[in-house]
Amino acid sequence: MTRDVRRRMWTVLPLFAAGAVAALIIAPTVGSTSISLSRAFDTSVPRADNVDAQIFFVARLPRVLAAAVVGATLATSGVVLQALLRNPLATPFTLGVSAGAALGAMLAITAGLDVGTFGVSTVPVASFAGSLVATALVYWLARSQRRGLSTNVLLLAGVTLNSFFSALILFVQYLADFTQSFRTVRWLMGDLDVGSYAPIVAAFPFVLVAFAVFAVLPRTLNLLTLGSDVAASRGVNVATAEKLAFFSASLATGAAVSLAGPIGFIGIVVPHLVRLLVGADHRIVLPASACFGAGFLIACDVVSRTALAPLELPVGIVTALIGGPFFLWQLVRRS
Amino acid sequence: MHRPTSSRRRATLLALTWACLMAATVGWAPHAAVRVGAAAPAAPHRIISLVPAVTEMLFAIGAGPDVVAVSSFDTFPPEVATRPKVGALLDPDVERVLSLTPDLVAIYGSQSDLRRQLQRAAIPIYDYRHAGLPDIMATIRDLGRVVGRRAAADAVAAGIERQLADTRRRTTGRAPVRALLVFGREPGALRNVFASGGTGFLNDMLTVAGGVNVFADLTQEAVQATTELLLTRAPDAIVELRDGAPYSAADVQRAAADWARLASLPAVKTQRVHVVSGEGLLVPGPRVAVAVERLARALHPEAFGR
Repeated sequence: MTRDVRRRMWTVLPLFAAGAVAALIIAPTVGSTSISLSRAFDTSVPRADNVDAQIFFVARLPRVLAAAVVGATLATSGVVLQALLRNPLATPFTLGVSAGAALGAMLAITAGLDVGTFGVSTVPVASFAGSLVATALVYWLARSQRRGLSTNVLLLAGVTLNSFFSALILFVQYLADFTQSFRTVRWLMGDLDVGSYAPIVAAFPFVLVAFAVFAVLPRTLNLLTLGSDVAASRGVNVATAEKLAFFSASLATGAAVSLAGPIGFIGIVVPHLVRLLVGADHRIVLPASACFGAGFLIACDVVSRTALAPLELPVGIVTALIGGPFFLWQLVRRS
Repeated sequence: MHRPTSSRRRATLLALTWACLMAATVGWAPHAAVRVGAAAPAAPHRIISLVPAVTEMLFAIGAGPDVVAVSSFDTFPPEVATRPKVGALLDPDVERVLSLTPDLVAIYGSQSDLRRQLQRAAIPIYDYRHAGLPDIMATIRDLGRVVGRRAAADAVAAGIERQLADTRRRTTGRAPVRALLVFGREPGALRNVFASGGTGFLNDMLTVAGGVNVFADLTQEAVQATTELLLTRAPDAIVELRDGAPYSAADVQRAAADWARLASLPAVKTQRVHVVSGEGLLVPGPRVAVAVERLARALHPEAFGR
């Protein structure tokens, strides 16, 4: 089996990686306007006079990179949480992390905490803080005295916290005026037009830490999906593994949501689609989901940028409109 | 970027603009206000205004003493502070409105529930509909007829028209500036940039001030401009309208500096990023001529002898 998995890793993963890289390379060349690539890369023209270079490097490339980071993060967080909770319907947003992030963002927008530095405004900072608060709350609620986390309590606490935060979000929106309400609603639709590299750079360290943890998780996740007793009997330190999985997935989700808002569907569609394509072994599913998630969100963002050009279709609407039917089609076709 | 003291008021006044923009997206025809429901007395003396722009108009035409309550967003003129607040577009306090026994209530055209309730109570309604710049004067004149202050209203409207004509005279003959008119964005970053589209009173203001909207072809009042769209439209000037307490020089500089990231914009290259801040800049009421003149001073400083 191990040899089989290794062989499949070598045949399957390069394909997924190639797809993601292709998306990364092609997406910046597509947009609401046509630009000349040779002029964009012409270093003899001063940057201030080179509109093509500005469109390529300032408008498009940060968006595509943000889409790649957010897509990979949400997809892998979905995989980890589905395994941790042993629930195929779990998403990165199930445990209240994104609702916490959203509440943070709503408060920053409505409180008019209008302080921005280095291209990052208070909104992403507040939303990341909100996600950390939600993570801590859920963990504190689910921590049982006996050992580690209770995944049932974790799930229930997360779902309840989600509803509670959603109520608070509605409350904050009701108290806000129209401009603020509109901004909060727009934030909830997801937005990848980050406008500079600074927000990506700010989110990246957290994503990197989470991915480093994800890298050592796959074997453990394979055993956890069979049940914690089975995993324990095979020598897994279940308590530690669950904690690692929970905190890394929450950290990654919080960073992704603070960067681009709660973009739906990626975290549930991509993991299932990847499993339909490559089977259930997390050693393949996890890296393949990272590549597929990145490529998928980059593609959705291309649609979002071009469908209503020169205006933009919020990317969260695109992921739901494309992701939903595509997923159902796969489900019907394979069953 | 904004001081906290100014942000509340700024947000409040921006709210009004949003109400108007929302109204426009519903597809209202650009015509002046219409009166429906029971007939108002020849000169109503217990007026309630749920529309800040209408409140300003009432005070401007001398009907201020007859205004018994205003919306919770009203801040101008300062006298409104002494009037009870009876809610706003989304949360009108019908009970309080009725208990004040008004003989005229100015409401937004989209407040259909409130309209039904007031009609049942046989209370006359002034139905406010928002559209372009000329409609502000039309509404003032119409309001004058409704509250029995026709002469004063005509004088106020004519005064605004004179001021607008004066600004227009100064800017005609000068090459119109291709401009981006921003009325909201995420502070410190160029995210969620909201700008005036090709219709509505902001677009009209820009035109009178001697500008041509870079989004003139987009038939919306508000456009959320992506970074790519901003770079493609390459405005020769950028004006950020900030409603609220006036900015300090440092605030203006900081706000303008945010645009440096888009170095290829002609407006950035020629340092024509203007931040126009002050109270009431986004209110489609009697102060609109002042806002237009400030816009014109930003776009054509030479026309004002500078």
